[in-house]
Amino acid sequence: MDNILHVTSAPHVREKTDTQRIMLYVIISLLPASIFGIYNFGWRALVMIIISIGSCVLSEFCYEKLLHKKITIKDLSAVVTGLLLALNVPHTLPFWMVALGGVFAIIVVKMLFGGLGQNFMNPALGARCFLVISFTGAMTSFTYDGVTGATPLALLKNGESVDVMSMLIGRTGGTIGETSAIALLLGAIILILLGVIDLRIPGTYIITFAIFTLLFGGHGFDLNFLVAEIVGGGLLLGAFFMATDYVTSPITPLGKIIFGIILGVLTGIFRFFGPSAEGVSYAIIFSNLLVPLIEKWTVPRAFGIVKEKKEKKEKGGEKA
Amino acid sequence: MSLKTFKGGVHPYDGKELSKDKETTKLLPEGDLYFPVSQHIGAPAKPIVQKGDTVLAGQMIAEAGGFVSSPIFSSVSGTVKGIEKCRTSVGDMVDAIVIENDGNYTEAAFDEVEDVTKLSKEEIVEKIKNAGVVGMGGAGFPTHVKLSPKEPDKIEYIIANCAECEPYLTSDYRRMMEEPEKLVAGMKIILQLFDNAKGCFGVEDNKPDAIAKLTELVKDEPRMEVVPLMTKYPQGGERQLIKAVTDREINAKMLPADAGCIVDNVETIVAIYHAVKLGRPLTDRIFTVTGDAVSDPRNFRIKIGTSFSQLLEAAGGLKNPAEKLIAGGPMMGFALFDTNIPTTKTTSALLCMTVDEASKYEETACINCGRCVEACPESLIPSRLADFSQQKRMEEFEKWYGLECIECGSCSFGCPARRPLAQAIKTMKKDALAAKRKK
Ligand code: SF4
Ligand code: SF4
Repeated sequence: MDNILHVTSAPHVREKTDTQRIMLYVIISLLPASIFGIYNFGWRALVMIIISIGSCVLSEFCYEKLLHKKITIKDLSAVVTGLLLALNVPHTLPFWMVALGGVFAIIVVKMLFGGLGQNFMNPALGARCFLVISFTGAMTSFTYDGVTGATPLALLKNGESVDVMSMLIGRTGGTIGETSAIALLLGAIILILLGVIDLRIPGTYIITFAIFTLLFGGHGFDLNFLVAEIVGGGLLLGAFFMATDYVTSPITPLGKIIFGIILGVLTGIFRFFGPSAEGVSYAIIFSNLLVPLIEKWTVPRAFGIVKEKKEKKEKGGEKA
Repeated sequence: MSLKTFKGGVHPYDGKELSKDKETTKLLPEGDLYFPVSQHIGAPAKPIVQKGDTVLAGQMIAEAGGFVSSPIFSSVSGTVKGIEKCRTSVGDMVDAIVIENDGNYTEAAFDEVEDVTKLSKEEIVEKIKNAGVVGMGGAGFPTHVKLSPKEPDKIEYIIANCAECEPYLTSDYRRMMEEPEKLVAGMKIILQLFDNAKGCFGVEDNKPDAIAKLTELVKDEPRMEVVPLMTKYPQGGERQLIKAVTDREINAKMLPADAGCIVDNVETIVAIYHAVKLGRPLTDRIFTVTGDAVSDPRNFRIKIGTSFSQLLEAAGGLKNPAEKLIAGGPMMGFALFDTNIPTTKTTSALLCMTVDEASKYEETACINCGRCVEACPESLIPSRLADFSQQKRMEEFEKWYGLECIECGSCSFGCPARRPLAQAIKTMKKDALAAKRKK
């Protein structure tokens, strides 16, 4: 009996949830938006998703194989990256480009920095920005129902009006996964109910952005405009699924809130004062870079610590 | 009304149903008994018997080695065989007095007190000290020291730790169900020491029958109150319990007395009653033998010094081969190499698990998910602290409040990457404290 006894350090029991399960939850919660994207944009969207995921998973596998590292594809994080990347490109993008994006996301943004948990930038967003810079035309032309046209956000920027209702449902042009507010919110609710994320980051992000829009959006209190700005573009997809990426957001509770506020302000600045109608990707990537700083500022006081400081002061006072 | 609790914590499977409804059985020890001279925090006790001496049950065999120390008593009558090294439940090798049990249990004389209320405060503390009472929940801090704070008038709460938040353990619960009067009587004695204090029994709400029993018993006690607490681990952590009951917070450098509190666990308070009222030294306790590998999980009233192996046998032995044996609960207990170790004042359980899930998990990369942060009852950032520990960055470790860790294991419990966070933090904490002492 004795020789099979395990002697390890406490605790001797663990929660069931592991990394793989969390990633699975994220994938499940992205399904509504993915399915709607396929329904909205047709078979090309489906193929795009498959190629993107395939490219990411294969890149991770080959990289690890070549470097004789432990194969980690079964943690599903590469699948999440691939899916997010596909949801962030237009369905008209040539397939090889998304495949290249997948390679970039995994090899450059993730693996070269040490793999899961070490990257400071969200891989899917890093790849998206890489694609926008490299293939601006293909990444920024949006076709809807066979007609190439401006996205609702671009229309808004030009001062034209948009139909908020069809934006909520998602029957507009845009990237594969960003158009349907309802599908995204459904996914967000799943994420929250499964305990994967809480509202600290997306909540403060969206509220800050809303306030910024009211103050500096140039439309005063125009509810239609406000809602269109919030549900339009990549804001919901970004706020719930990419800004909340564990690896690239602060771990401290207060840090999450500050992170959300910075995101909201940056998105507002990029959208209203920048040349483009969009701003979410850049806002998130830029804020990702600030995470180490934010964490350093926001180390929470440990339980019972403030009192001690006060007491010290009191004692110091007595002495003086 | 929302139940009282603290921030953070986790909800492990509690496994208490295995043993909680079975009456406590009395168990007499067999063979030689080992009494380690260090069963408490502080200086080891000094043996006062010699090889060949005959001793009675309840006779002192080692005296306190200082103020922060505690005497040890034989729990059986018999002959002293000598002093030998023996392994304790936490894995250390310590000196132990070996006594050959004559099987008669001839007791020493104890002087029972007719009316406890007539005793002076000093007499009460003296009796507790001389009976070898220490914190029996695991820490083993000598109780007479705890009950002698600098400013006794500032103590406002005596908190009975009836939370029993460790999964699987039911010894406190059985005590509350079978002998709650002793607990209340013990509390009354402590309250006699502190004129401005109120006695609070903090019980987790997964023990409604214990709450009901105690509530009934204290209904005519104006100075006592039962405080139902949310069932959450580590609700019975001293700082967490104080927070839940009084909303006051203390940190690692403070004592509960700094927040006007004294916390004692169920067994300790009962031992106080035995010591003061009956004049009996600490030689008995309730002990849980449980786990899915045990044939008949249950509680025993044991003579301290009984070996773990005899306890396991008494519970019907193992029905399945066990992968892991733990002294204590699954969250903070110590894994055992074998069961040839004696019970002490502070050991409360033997847990036998058929499958040891925890050691099968492979550690993967931290995904920065923050679950450890949410779980930490001390509001720490365990993932970073564990990094600092691995990188031996002591300065940052202290800056991020690593020394505040209460080693509850909640962070490791919930980590999806299966990192041994608590273990890493414990290690660095030990090093940091050792470095501090050197200075
Ligand atoms: S729970 Fe584990 S994976 Fe999550 S942040 Fe903490 S250490 Fe990292
Ligand atoms: S860091 Fe320490 S106090 Fe916090 S959860 Fe981990 S073991 Fe418990």
